[in-house]
Amino acid sequence: MERVDPALAAVSAPTAQRGRGTGEIVAFIIMVAALLIAPFYVYPMFVMQALCFALFACAFNLLIGYGGLLSFGHALYFGWASYVAAHLAKVGTISIPIWYGSPTWHWLTIPLPPLPPEIAILGGTLAAAVLGLIAGSVAIRRQGIYFAMITLALAQMMYFFALQAKFTGGEDGIQGVPRGMLFGFIDLKDQSHMYLTALGIFLAGFLLIYRIIYSPFGEVLKAIRENEPRAISLGYKTDRYKLMAFVLSAALAGLAGSMKAIILQIASLTDVNWPMSGEVVLMALVGGLGTVFGPVAGAFILVAMQNYLAQVGQWVTVIQGVIFVLCVLLFRRGVVGELANILRIKL
Amino acid sequence: MFEIFGIPSTALFGQLLIGLINGSFYALLSLGLAVIFGMLNIINFAHGAQYMMGAFAAFLLLDVIGANYWVALVVAPILVGITGIIIERAFLQWLYKLDHLYGLLLTFGLALIIEGIARNEYGSAGLPYGVPDALQGGQNLGFMFLPNYRAWVVGVSLVVCFGTWFVIERTKLGSYLRAATENPTLVRAFGINVPRMITLTYGFGVGLAALAGVMAAPIYNVSPQMGSELIIVVFAVVVIGGMGSIMGAIVTGFGLGVIEGLTKVFFPEASNTVIFVIMAIVLLVRPAGLFGRRA
Repeated sequence: MERVDPALAAVSAPTAQRGRGTGEIVAFIIMVAALLIAPFYVYPMFVMQALCFALFACAFNLLIGYGGLLSFGHALYFGWASYVAAHLAKVGTISIPIWYGSPTWHWLTIPLPPLPPEIAILGGTLAAAVLGLIAGSVAIRRQGIYFAMITLALAQMMYFFALQAKFTGGEDGIQGVPRGMLFGFIDLKDQSHMYLTALGIFLAGFLLIYRIIYSPFGEVLKAIRENEPRAISLGYKTDRYKLMAFVLSAALAGLAGSMKAIILQIASLTDVNWPMSGEVVLMALVGGLGTVFGPVAGAFILVAMQNYLAQVGQWVTVIQGVIFVLCVLLFRRGVVGELANILRIKL
Repeated sequence: MFEIFGIPSTALFGQLLIGLINGSFYALLSLGLAVIFGMLNIINFAHGAQYMMGAFAAFLLLDVIGANYWVALVVAPILVGITGIIIERAFLQWLYKLDHLYGLLLTFGLALIIEGIARNEYGSAGLPYGVPDALQGGQNLGFMFLPNYRAWVVGVSLVVCFGTWFVIERTKLGSYLRAATENPTLVRAFGINVPRMITLTYGFGVGLAALAGVMAAPIYNVSPQMGSELIIVVFAVVVIGGMGSIMGAIVTGFGLGVIEGLTKVFFPEASNTVIFVIMAIVLLVRPAGLFGRRA
C-alpha cells in the first residue's frame, strides 16, 4: 500500500504544482458565461439536472482526485440527502427511531410544517454530512481497494434502509416535492428563478471545492495521496485529514442531491442505488480525475448522452460500460486532463 | 417438531439451510475473488456478472442444444473461463503496472457491459431452470425436510472450496502460485511462465464464479441482475475475511451465510443488512479483517 502511485500522480500532475494558473481563471469565466446563456439554447431542465450531477461529480472528485480515495458508494450521500430534502420540503415532520422494543420501533417525533427550500436543502446537506462522518470513520480504516469495497457495501446497506424506511415511499419514492419560495420571496416555480438558484448553488459549491483544493488542508491531502507514511512521519494525523475530506465530499454530494430533489421535485431509489455510485465515478473519470473542471465536463457529457441516447433505451448501460473500459485503457487523463496536457496549462 | 427460543424447529433449520446455501455461494465467489486478487492484484468487479454468465450458459445449453444440468456443470464453467482468459489477455494485462483502482474500474465497466447485454437479450424477468431429475425430492430428517438439490449444492461447494484450498496450499502447482504472488520477478527468473499462470488463474477464478452460477440456476431464477447484488455482499464478505487467506474466505463465506439465515428467523427486518453491519463492526474492532494480515 505504502507507495507512490505513478498512475494517479500522472493523472493529477497538472494540479500537483502549487498556485493557480490563468488557465483556470479563463476556463472559469468561459464556464460561467456558457452556463448563463445555455438555458436560452438548451432545455433548462437538462442544464439544471446536469448542474446537480456536475456538483456531485466535483464532490466525488475531491476525494479521489486530491485524497486518492476511491469511494464506490457516493450514491448514499446524494440519494439520502435528496430523500431528506424532499421530505422536509413536502412533509416536514421528523421522526427518528430511538429504540427497538419488539415488535416495533419507538420513535422520537418532532412535528414540523413543510419547510422552505433553503432549509430543506440545508437539512439534506447536513444529513449527508452526518452519514459521511459515520461511514467515513468506518471506511478510512482501510486503504485502496478495500476502501472502495467498504464504501460500496455501506452504501448498499443504506439502500436497503431506504427501501424499507416508511418516509422514503419505497419503490414510489417521494413525488410531487414542492419547490416553494426561496427565502420567502423568490418563487422557485418560475423556471428562470429556479435556474439561477441552481446555478448559484453549483457555483458556490464549485468555488468552495476550488478553495479547499488550494488551502493548506488541500495540500496536506495531496501529500497523503502521494505518500501517506511520509505525511505521517511529518506529524500529520492523516486519518483526521482523510475523514475531514470524506465528510466534506459527502456533504457536497448531499448538497447536489438536495438540489436535485427540489429541481426535479422527486427523490427515488435510483439516486441511492449502486449504479448511481458507478455513474458518478464514470463522470469524474471521463472528465478527468484530479482536474478542477473535469467532473463538470464529464457530468455534462454523460447527462447529455443519457438524454440524447434515450431512444436506445437499455443499451445506455452497455455504452457506459464501454466508455469505462476505453477510459481506463486508453484515456486515463479524461477529456479535460488531455486538453490541459495539450495546452500545457492547469485546468 | 419442537421449539427453540420460541421459534419452530422447522423454520429455524429451514433458514439455517438457506443460510448454508447462500454461504456456499459467498464462499465460492469470495474464494475466486481472493485467488484472482492474489495473482493479479485486481478486484474483479465482473465476478457477479460472470456468475450470472454461468447461469445463463446453463440455461442456453439446455435451451439451444438440449444439454442437461450435468453437462452444463462441466461445460459452462469452461466456456465462461475461456471468456475470462480472453478478457485477461485483451484488457487486464495492460493494467498490472497501474494503481489497483483502475482494475476495479475496468472490471466494473465489463460488468455493466455483460449485464446490459443480458438484459437487452432476455429482459429483466427471471428465466426458470429446473432441478435435475436425479436430485428431485428430499429427505425427511425428522426435525426438518432436506431437499436433495440443496444438500447437493452445499456438498459440492464444500468439496470445490477445500479442493481449491488443497491445490493452493498443499501441492507443487500451488506453491508456484503462492511464490508468484509473493514475488513474480524472482519466480520468473526460475523459468516459470508467470504471465501464463496469471492468465490461467483469472480463467480459473472466473470458472469458479460460473460454477456457482450453474448451481444457483435451479434455486434462484436465471436473471441478468442476479450477480450484481450478490457481488456487493461478497465484497463485504471479503472485507470481513480479508483476502490474504484461502481458508479465511471459505470460513467467512459459510459463516456469514448462516448468520444471515439466522437473522431472517430472529430479526427479519435486518436480514438484508446484517452482513454489512457485521462488516462495519469488524472494521472498527479488527481493521485488517478476521483472517487478514495488516497491510
